[in-house]
Amino acid sequence: MIDYLVYAFLAIAITFNALGSIALHRFPDVYTRLHGATKCTTFGTIFAVLAVVTHALYRIHATGDPKYLGMTLHSLVALVALLLTNPVGAHAIAKASHLSGYKPVKAVVDAYEEKLGGEGK
Amino acid sequence: MMEPVFFYASLIVVIAGFISVLRVMLGPSVPDRVVGVDTLNTLVVAAMVLLGAAYDRTIYIDIAIVYALLSYIGTLAIARYLQGGLQ
Amino acid sequence: MRFIASFVWSYLLWLVLTAGTNGLLWSTQELMAGLMFALIVGYATRDVIGERAVRFLNPMKWLGFIAYSPVLFWGMVKANLHVAYLVITGKIRPGIVRVPVDLENDAQYTILANSITLTPGTLTVDACPEERALYVHWIKIPEGMERPESSEPVAGPFEKWAGRLGR
Repeated sequence: MIDYLVYAFLAIAITFNALGSIALHRFPDVYTRLHGATKCTTFGTIFAVLAVVTHALYRIHATGDPKYLGMTLHSLVALVALLLTNPVGAHAIAKASHLSGYKPVKAVVDAYEEKLGGEGK
Repeated sequence: MMEPVFFYASLIVVIAGFISVLRVMLGPSVPDRVVGVDTLNTLVVAAMVLLGAAYDRTIYIDIAIVYALLSYIGTLAIARYLQGGLQ
Repeated sequence: MRFIASFVWSYLLWLVLTAGTNGLLWSTQELMAGLMFALIVGYATRDVIGERAVRFLNPMKWLGFIAYSPVLFWGMVKANLHVAYLVITGKIRPGIVRVPVDLENDAQYTILANSITLTPGTLTVDACPEERALYVHWIKIPEGMERPESSEPVAGPFEKWAGRLGR
């Protein structure tokens, strides 16, 4: 029963991680690629960690080995680190690429360009 | 190896990582390559966590924590360099 | 006060990372070594951590974050199904819009910007606290939404939550 839950989590994780890397090739410019890369891989990694946590908690229940408690907590710390840093990294890349002159392709509106106006490069 | 399922899952995640390396090689502009590297970092963290469960070693998951934090600093440094230093 | 905040955070991280050394709890050596290292790290980083970071030690705020996580998770589920649909079909209408928001301090802007990045179709490009606005890249702008008047179509319920959590 627990096994099928782990399989389901792993299937979701694999699907979204693969989708994130395919999105890099489907979208036309850097901003839209960031959408696919950031959201899909973060979501996939959440489910990968959930699968590991479920597996480790089940092992604690089955064997009582304290090693698996460490595995649970450490993967949760890795997840928190990733959740805090990933959106900030995407934000930094988006701002830097706009400031260094790469404009969004096929954009219907670009309010940031209007704000930068005269001083922008 | 305790759990072959986790090993196969991390294998597919690593293949997805190779697809994003393709973007790093092809990418026409520098920010495209940075996006590819950022995706690769996240996928490596996921693969490390899954490998830690597959081989039953908690130390792999510790490496994933350190890699997540250090790759974040690397991304920020490249972004700062792209936008022309601290403003 | 700043020393206490950074000390508590580093000791909590140590406790999380070393659980399970004595049964499912901590052995005495780990607790003592953690105390020493947390004192050293807390003293060394007391100037890095801001004066107002102390308010995140309030347990009510942690309950708020726990209550916020299902809301954020549901937003992420919708976001990923949306992006998956876009990856497969490729129908996009991108653009950068200016979103006026009504927030006070940096923590609220950080929470709102990160939440917007993780939720459907939007990615924060820049935050301008001095003009009370966020610049958001929107991957599929609905017709007639190029100049949004409030943050509701972009952020949904997140502005209210960010204002409550970062206070």
